[in-house]
Amino acid sequence: MTLSREEVEHVAQLARLGLTEDEKERMRDQLSSILENMEILKELDTSAISPTAHVLPLRNVVRPDEVQPSLPVEGVLQNAPRREEDYFRILPVFEEDYER
Amino acid sequence: MLSKYEAVIGLEVHAQLLTKSKMFCRCNAQYADAPPNSVVCPVDLGLPGALPVINRTAVEYTVMTALALNCSIPEFSRFDRKNYFYPDLPKNYQISQYDLPLSHDGYMVVQVGDEARRIGIIRVHLEEDTAKLMHRTDARGKAYSLVDFNRAGTPLMEIVSKPDIRSPEEARLYLMKLRNILRWIGVSTGNMEEGSFRCDANVSIRPVGSKEFGTKVEVKNMNSFRAVYRALEYEMARQADVLDSGGRIAQETRGWVEDRGVTVSQRSKEYAHDYRYFPEPDLPPLVLTRDWVQSIREKLPELPDARRERFASQYGLSQYEATLLTNSKSIADFFEATVGLRASAKAVANWMVGELFRLLNAANIEIEQSKVSPEHLTEMLKLIDQGTISASMAKTVLEEVFASGKKPGDIVQERGLAQISGVEELQAIVHQVLATNPQAIADYKAGKANAFGFLVGQVMKATRGKANPGVVNQLLREKLDKQ
Repeated sequence: MTLSREEVEHVAQLARLGLTEDEKERMRDQLSSILENMEILKELDTSAISPTAHVLPLRNVVRPDEVQPSLPVEGVLQNAPRREEDYFRILPVFEEDYER
Repeated sequence: MLSKYEAVIGLEVHAQLLTKSKMFCRCNAQYADAPPNSVVCPVDLGLPGALPVINRTAVEYTVMTALALNCSIPEFSRFDRKNYFYPDLPKNYQISQYDLPLSHDGYMVVQVGDEARRIGIIRVHLEEDTAKLMHRTDARGKAYSLVDFNRAGTPLMEIVSKPDIRSPEEARLYLMKLRNILRWIGVSTGNMEEGSFRCDANVSIRPVGSKEFGTKVEVKNMNSFRAVYRALEYEMARQADVLDSGGRIAQETRGWVEDRGVTVSQRSKEYAHDYRYFPEPDLPPLVLTRDWVQSIREKLPELPDARRERFASQYGLSQYEATLLTNSKSIADFFEATVGLRASAKAVANWMVGELFRLLNAANIEIEQSKVSPEHLTEMLKLIDQGTISASMAKTVLEEVFASGKKPGDIVQERGLAQISGVEELQAIVHQVLATNPQAIADYKAGKANAFGFLVGQVMKATRGKANPGVVNQLLREKLDKQ
């Protein structure tokens, strides 16, 4: 199974990755061989096995509804690319510019 | 114009839950008065290594809601990642639910005029809310955005209806009832203006009698019940115009613009959404044992429909009164608290539905914010029963209680509103009135019907309305018939 160039571009776009032409080719090869491996796995008969929801045998890991202190505002904004007062300042966003 | 078509509407409601802490971390979820970015932690910011843990109460509130909406609760449920890039979620995914939600397949009965309409509920699920974005322009006219993460990660419940709604009015009634239920069971404030209760609509139209669905349009940005009604009405008319002129409806998202009263297309790119949902690896799944579900069911109070029927049968109220008295839990509780103080249920219903609701509406407040208590209303009704005040005086008294929170008995004393029921005192006044109105007496003798009313009026006037009308009537008849 070989991915088309358009499929690679679509996946790159969904992941917001800018790929050069060379990278697109390389990704096409590598992703294709991953998918080929999947094809091999698909040969197994899994009809008697229920889907795995989680790799650990844990269930119902929940906590009581109790409040604890949050980070200080300075800590919250420490990694902000830019800040204005106590807000993160970012490039302008408009709903229609984004796939959402 | 619209008679040719009927609407097919499905509503998606997002309601913020009234938990103390957030959905997956212990930050305070009640962020309304908090300064920007002050209730935020590494989980909300999606910092590397931060791990979410499920808030048990949020799960229980969602299951409570689902049970109140007659949904099935599966044994097994799970959270999934909904992947998209937008600065309102720094993880680049929202923790939501996809194919194994906390509940599915319920319904709510909505009374539309004389018809009880059963609106299907596809699912009630749980997810996290996103950060708030604000859009600004700098001094040089350059646009930028600000992010406040306080709201990010607060629990958000999504309630999706089937496309069973057939008119804007039905949509409005569905939302009002849904909001009443959420408030009733105490899981959400249901406040639309503050964004705690948001609604998106999928709407299409089809020729009346058709069984097929037309192309649906998603309408967003409606911030009040009225906005939902207006937006849907506008959208129906717009779609009818397109079809009537031979056009085709585009499947798109449209935003309601309140001040212009129109919906506008928000579509700019044609690609379909591709959220690539997959199971959230950081959260083990939930097993909703039947014992757990049962213990949640036991926390549900008597619901509005059941309580309305009980009010009608137990207290002999009309459907109209019973409906109004179950419009909110605090109203219903007020009613029953008053009745519990040995007041007559019929009289309490009358005064609440009439005068008290009028005062609440005029002041635009809820019953729990008013100064009138069940004790006040009981005392006032007792003063009427004892003949201390007339029904019309009682209105004045209730207004005063409403304004000041003073006791009815004290108001009657302070303002000298007590009724004059003493026969001796009234006899003197009746005597005086008859002496100065010989013409009315003659008219009465001649059989003129309104002469008696005139004389009663004169007595009331002389006592500034405080005479007990029953006693006045009796005294006047006696005197006149003796003359």
